[in-house]
Amino acid sequence: MQKLPPGGQCIPTGGAPLSQKPAHGSQLRMPAPIRLRELIRTIRTARTQAEEREMIQKECAAIRSSFREEDNTYRCRNVAKLLYMHMLGYPAHFGQLECLKLIASQKFTDKRIGYLGAMLLLDERQDVHLLMTNCIKNDLNHSTQYVQGLALCTLGCMGSSEMCRDLAGEVEKLLKTSNSYLRKKAALCAVHVIRKVPELMEMFLPATKNLLNEKNHGVLHTSVVLLTEMCERSPDMLAHFRKLVPQLVRILKNLIMSGYSPEHDVSGISDPFLQVRILRLLRILGRNDDDSSEAMNDILAQVATNTETSKNVGNAILYETVLTIMDIKSESGLRVLAINILGRFLLNNDKNIRYVALTSLLKTVQTDHNAVQRHRSTIVDCLKDLDVSIKR
Amino acid sequence: WPAEMIQAILVFNNHGKPRLVRFYQRFPEEIQQQIVRETFHLVLKRDDNICNFLEGGSLIGGADYKLIYRHYATLYFVFCVDSSESELGILDLIQVFVETLDKCFENVCELDLIFHMDKVHYILQEVVMGGMVLETNMNEIVAQIEAQNRLEKSEGGLSAAPARAVSAVKNMNLPEIPRNINIGDLNIKVPNLSQFV
Repeated sequence: MQKLPPGGQCIPTGGAPLSQKPAHGSQLRMPAPIRLRELIRTIRTARTQAEEREMIQKECAAIRSSFREEDNTYRCRNVAKLLYMHMLGYPAHFGQLECLKLIASQKFTDKRIGYLGAMLLLDERQDVHLLMTNCIKNDLNHSTQYVQGLALCTLGCMGSSEMCRDLAGEVEKLLKTSNSYLRKKAALCAVHVIRKVPELMEMFLPATKNLLNEKNHGVLHTSVVLLTEMCERSPDMLAHFRKLVPQLVRILKNLIMSGYSPEHDVSGISDPFLQVRILRLLRILGRNDDDSSEAMNDILAQVATNTETSKNVGNAILYETVLTIMDIKSESGLRVLAINILGRFLLNNDKNIRYVALTSLLKTVQTDHNAVQRHRSTIVDCLKDLDVSIKR
Repeated sequence: WPAEMIQAILVFNNHGKPRLVRFYQRFPEEIQQQIVRETFHLVLKRDDNICNFLEGGSLIGGADYKLIYRHYATLYFVFCVDSSESELGILDLIQVFVETLDKCFENVCELDLIFHMDKVHYILQEVVMGGMVLETNMNEIVAQIEAQNRLEKSEGGLSAAPARAVSAVKNMNLPEIPRNINIGDLNIKVPNLSQFV
């Protein structure tokens, strides 16, 4: 028989059945990798841990072969299966590079699972993650906003210091876009960048100028988070942002007075999450500052007296209000109001609220001893509670 | 510097089987699995009429972290947060996440989470990003998810590959396929490809 040229393909000759495993380099492909759904169904039939392990090992071997074939069509379903097995506790590191290939693909479907895989399987300790930087950079400038969104999300979750340094400029650009979907993600991504590389905080300052002018609540929310982060990290930023107090007060006032807004309504309260965020930022701005504290006095009193307490969302707001009142330079009338709210919380039927009130009172007892004394008997009653968390 | 954030989001069933595992703080692989198990044991001990907050287990950082959970039918949703987060707010956030799942899957049940783990991650990604709250407006979240799903669908989705491959071959104008190829001393038998023609 003539020698086959190098790289030549061979097919079993002489009547060998096709069902036999083809020789290496065969042009016959392995059967298509099974779908995620099938794998899950199969694994669920396992009656013991050992059986499950066997099935997983078998599938991993098949996936490894499939990866070796460098087939683009099946890569995304293979990675999806790998992520499922990873969640069950099985090793999946051999799929890390495949995630990068998916991220580099043109298709949204590939990028979506690729980025998810990267976030679940990769971290700073593998050099591999640096290879993502270029892809993320391109995707941050992609024409499809959902691709840009994926890139922002990934950078904001797992971006290393080097990646953040390289890409901070792109994030800053997106912080100024009019696209609210991207703007809100850019704000949280900026928080991550600042946490990783604090020296970069300055570069985001100009972009913060118009953040609170937004109508979109998602953007408002993440913007307040960004401003909070900057204020907590830098006394200079804190001083700089004190001038935002009137605007924050106005936004909060609108939320309370706005009446029914179906978009943001949760149990009759307009965007409780945003209210809580703003109250927290006001706390930081008002601390140790008489002027700021005075400027927020009225709104705090309003929130404290007008918030509906029948549902958890209302109580979350009230609780935050109390913390703010106690932490800033508020007048004594307001402080008494706050302690009374805490006192009412102690009598609430809801155990969660009682727990939260007790922890606050414990902190408050150092600063406002007398006011706390009035509620002494209620506190003692709470301690009789059998609930271990509350007791502690 | 202690960062205010959600450290991890875990969903498991009444038997401790994980249904969603998302860490926002990096832990080594083995530790991640141990944390899931430890969290399950801590949460399982709780009565239904007890409060929904407890200290984090030793693996995740002990008293510096809090576990906030809600129990829905066969599933526990547990958010592990650092101590500066508002506990009551997180309870509301869990509710937002679950209600969003309900909207996306139409009366969500455990099976949905089992068979669509990737989709659940995508939904979560629109609510929490990098351990911080991104969006709490359910209608917004659902609209964004649906738009992205449509984008995937237009590309054929995760499992459409073989269908496209087959139709691609079907569309090829295949001339008569020889049954045997003879090259010198080599005799190659060509397999039957009629189902593709």
